[in-house]
Amino acid sequence: MDTCIEVKDLTKSFGGRVVVDGITFRVEKGEVFGLLGHNGAGKSTTIDLLLGLKKPDCGTGTIFGLDPTTNRKKVFERVGVQLQSSNYQNNIRVDELCSEMSALYEKTEDYHRLLQFFSLEGFEKSQVNKLSGGERQRLSVALALINKPEIVFLDELTTGLDTAARREVWRHLKELKKQGTTIFLTTHYMEEAESLCDRIFLIKDGKKVTEGTVKNVIEDSPYDNLEDAYLWYMGEEVAR
Amino acid sequence: MKRFLKLYLIEQKLALRSGDMLLFGVAMPVGIMILISLIAGSKQAGEGFTYLESSFASLIAVGICAAAFMGIPLTIADYRDKKILKHFFTTPCSPLWILGSDMLCAGGTALLSAMSVALVSVLFLGYEMQGNVLAFVGSWLLTLVSMFSIGLLMASLCRTVKSVNTVTTLVYFPMLFLSGATVPYELFPDGLQKVANVLPLTQGIKLMKAVSMGIELEGVWKIAALLVGITLICTLVSVKTFRWE
Repeated sequence: MDTCIEVKDLTKSFGGRVVVDGITFRVEKGEVFGLLGHNGAGKSTTIDLLLGLKKPDCGTGTIFGLDPTTNRKKVFERVGVQLQSSNYQNNIRVDELCSEMSALYEKTEDYHRLLQFFSLEGFEKSQVNKLSGGERQRLSVALALINKPEIVFLDELTTGLDTAARREVWRHLKELKKQGTTIFLTTHYMEEAESLCDRIFLIKDGKKVTEGTVKNVIEDSPYDNLEDAYLWYMGEEVAR
Repeated sequence: MKRFLKLYLIEQKLALRSGDMLLFGVAMPVGIMILISLIAGSKQAGEGFTYLESSFASLIAVGICAAAFMGIPLTIADYRDKKILKHFFTTPCSPLWILGSDMLCAGGTALLSAMSVALVSVLFLGYEMQGNVLAFVGSWLLTLVSMFSIGLLMASLCRTVKSVNTVTTLVYFPMLFLSGATVPYELFPDGLQKVANVLPLTQGIKLMKAVSMGIELEGVWKIAALLVGITLICTLVSVKTFRWE
């Protein structure tokens, strides 16, 4: 398999507090890789470091073997990103947002097809901030795919969605996975990780706790489901 | 270039759609222009010029005031808060694209305002510029660029949307009412004129007025140099202190 993301010894501290502490992992082509941890565990910072949005204290992160800070153009032409809790301009319509995002890339997907794929056809003229939570999140994923990326980064995509809306987003992500897109996601919903991820990486206080396939991670714990196993790894009481 | 233009056009559409800029930047100066000409249009405001002539240049500056001290800082702070600026770092485009297109939008709004005031004045109120039109456009551009650099500085120094809102209110309203943009400077008592002189927009308006009336204002070059200086310093400090998130 081809490695498309490689992270080595990534470390970052803010004001004396170590937020990401010696994180190392690889993501192979076509994989769905999940970075799991509590709020504030360092998931978003890890993504920021990997994407070159923040400068690491030490360690490296490469995408397609390239450093995103020095090869921004090359890397982001092939990578799609959905940042945590992103918002959009006031008054912007779906079609305007799509064509604005399309304008940023050389090669783009026809956004009408993307909207259709995410069951958003007919919303072109709607205002983005009038969409429901689920619709807006599906739009966020659609926007992250507008440059036909080989890898998409999705940071806490389904936080704040109800169960039905979350499942709807999953269904689309699974479809995407079938098409061979590499997906890097962060979440704190174990059900989501179980349903989507090939491999997961658990992080606590910026440090690696464990990594492996969902099956391996469960088997290495005394429990038989990911939620209990997760809490056990995180060192919390498992309520019985 | 084509892609940047597309981005700019969408941003400009959004700026106009929100309506604030049309109200404060276009409708207000045109309304005041009509009011002034009805009340005192042909009355002498000073040595050899009427209130209409005196107000023309200052009302043209209202659009600059709205775009520079409301439009630019509020838009940038909002986009920073919404992580729209940060998102541009995850695309092959430079985030300067979005900043550039929003500065251009502000320029577009100011231009629309100036054109509206000019058209209404010339077509309906019988205004005729005594000075050189091209020189006037130059003085307008210099005022615009220098005020925009102050707007950019406001966006750079304020970290949150809330602080930008406060600063905007504290800067926009004094500039609007005390710089001579809306209330004619000639009506101010001496003390207030001194206060007004401290405001950068007052200097821009003085320059535009002098050029529009063809007066050899002593110190035209001094004012121009001051505006260039403001532009350089504010731009430099903004670039140094700017935060994307």
